Amino acid sequence: MSVIEVTNLTKYYGKSRGIVDVSFTEEEGEIFGFIGPNGAGKSTTIRLLLSLIHPTSGSARIFGKDVTTHGPEIRRDIGYLPSEVFYYEGMKVIDLLKYSASFFDCDCIQRMHELSETMELDLNRRISDLSYGNKKKVGIVQGLLHSPKLLFLDEPTAGLDPLMQRKFFDLIRAENARGVTVFFSSHILGEVQRLCTRVGIIREGKIVEISNIRALQQNNYKKISVAAERLTPAAFEMPGVTNVQVEDGTLRFFFKGDINAVLQKVGAIQVTDVTIEEPTLEEIFMHYYE
Amino acid sequence: MSANIYLHEFRSRLKSVLNWSLAVAAVSLIYFSFFTMFADQAALMNQMMQNFPPELLAAFGMQGLNLATVLGYFGFVFLFILLFLAIQAGNYGFGLVSIEESELTADFLLTRPVSRVQVLTSKLLAALTCLGITDLVVWVSSFAAITLFRGKYAYEAGTLILLLLSVIPFQLFFLGVGLVVSLLVKRVRSVTPYSLGLAFGMYVLSAFSGVFGDVTLELITPFKHFDPNYIVQNGAYDTPLVLLNLAVSLIALAASYWLYLRRDIPSVS
Repeated sequence: MSVIEVTNLTKYYGKSRGIVDVSFTEEEGEIFGFIGPNGAGKSTTIRLLLSLIHPTSGSARIFGKDVTTHGPEIRRDIGYLPSEVFYYEGMKVIDLLKYSASFFDCDCIQRMHELSETMELDLNRRISDLSYGNKKKVGIVQGLLHSPKLLFLDEPTAGLDPLMQRKFFDLIRAENARGVTVFFSSHILGEVQRLCTRVGIIREGKIVEISNIRALQQNNYKKISVAAERLTPAAFEMPGVTNVQVEDGTLRFFFKGDINAVLQKVGAIQVTDVTIEEPTLEEIFMHYYE
Repeated sequence: MSANIYLHEFRSRLKSVLNWSLAVAAVSLIYFSFFTMFADQAALMNQMMQNFPPELLAAFGMQGLNLATVLGYFGFVFLFILLFLAIQAGNYGFGLVSIEESELTADFLLTRPVSRVQVLTSKLLAALTCLGITDLVVWVSSFAAITLFRGKYAYEAGTLILLLLSVIPFQLFFLGVGLVVSLLVKRVRSVTPYSLGLAFGMYVLSAFSGVFGDVTLELITPFKHFDPNYIVQNGAYDTPLVLLNLAVSLIALAASYWLYLRRDIPSVS
């Protein structure tokens, strides 16, 4: 079953672009990575799905229900961790969490204590006294408190130290193992690579690629470097070769296509070294952005 | 309506309600404690008033006001109580949804499983409760002030009740107009300039309307819709103006719902 179905979703803020014609689906139990640089439209997409903003055109369904008409019903099973968390400054952490829990039909108190213990969050402090990272922890507990079926994480790790990041990822993996679907927006590719099964890449408001993360790494591009004497880029001028760089007699490039074609070219010259490897997600990503 | 939002909103305003209520009660008690002094020298007072230019008297809503009577005297301070209440109601109206947006807690609230209608209704009811509490304090302190300090002078209880009841629709106007304006502008950065502007603006309009005898200005300011001077002198409301006031408030509230349901909640930028 598709948990999220987005069809030709478009959002303009007046004349400025939010997102244009975005379509994708996320299946139940998936961890879907949503990657793009700042301003590409990641947050806009999430805010549309949470009906914090209204689409200019197109539609989105969550759990099979339209987000603009069934918002309250849908949000019963959604957890949301925004990139920057803001809570009522005068409240204590525990009061905020209880307030949040009061919206849901659940007995969340025990879970609240468990989660706070995992994230090492002091419940008796005032929100206004918390550091950025500690506010983020409140956000994490608040987002998971009511055992949602779908989690929206918008750049969730900013402000967390590496140890907390690891705990957080473990928490997300455990939730996912229980069947929770995760929508993970980020511009940090390493964490997407570690966690996600499928990724969508968004650029300037448009989806440029949706792919299985393995497929994206394996089937698309090879990163090739060839070292030889008096080597010029002309030696590998052929279709499928991109991003050619020459450095100290070593030629580096990306190649997409039949790998034998490259091997033939390599065979024709006297090389000192050859490597053919999978590009990192980072490199693929940069490639999409050039 | 959802009880948890209502309670949260109510609690967060409790301190403000106490402050406003105490201020208003203090003003009416202190001011009225001087009543017998004025009333005992009524002839002197009214003679002094006649020496003021009529424009000045009009600007303070004192035209034809007899400071020697209980309600004439009370009507004068009541104008300032109204000004207090206008600022308070304006604060609540302008801040009702805009504070959550400028402090960025709107994201939290609106990602809970509640509809925008529920959110706005709960917030409105909480604000109305707070205004109601202030009204109770105004009523009790006004009665107390008059009972304690009126001395041998009598007054028309019915007129006093009309005067005191007028605060409810009066506040509703500032709450509703404040709310709709806050939803019409893109972002309210600070509530106070707006509410002070609206309250004093309306007051000044009412004052100028007295100076120039201009009819059109009366139509838009609640200070004229519920002019204490008019109520005291006639023992009744100016019905068409009161109906106009109610119509404006209700349209403002209806428009607020319409706007809020369609509103894009601004994000951090």
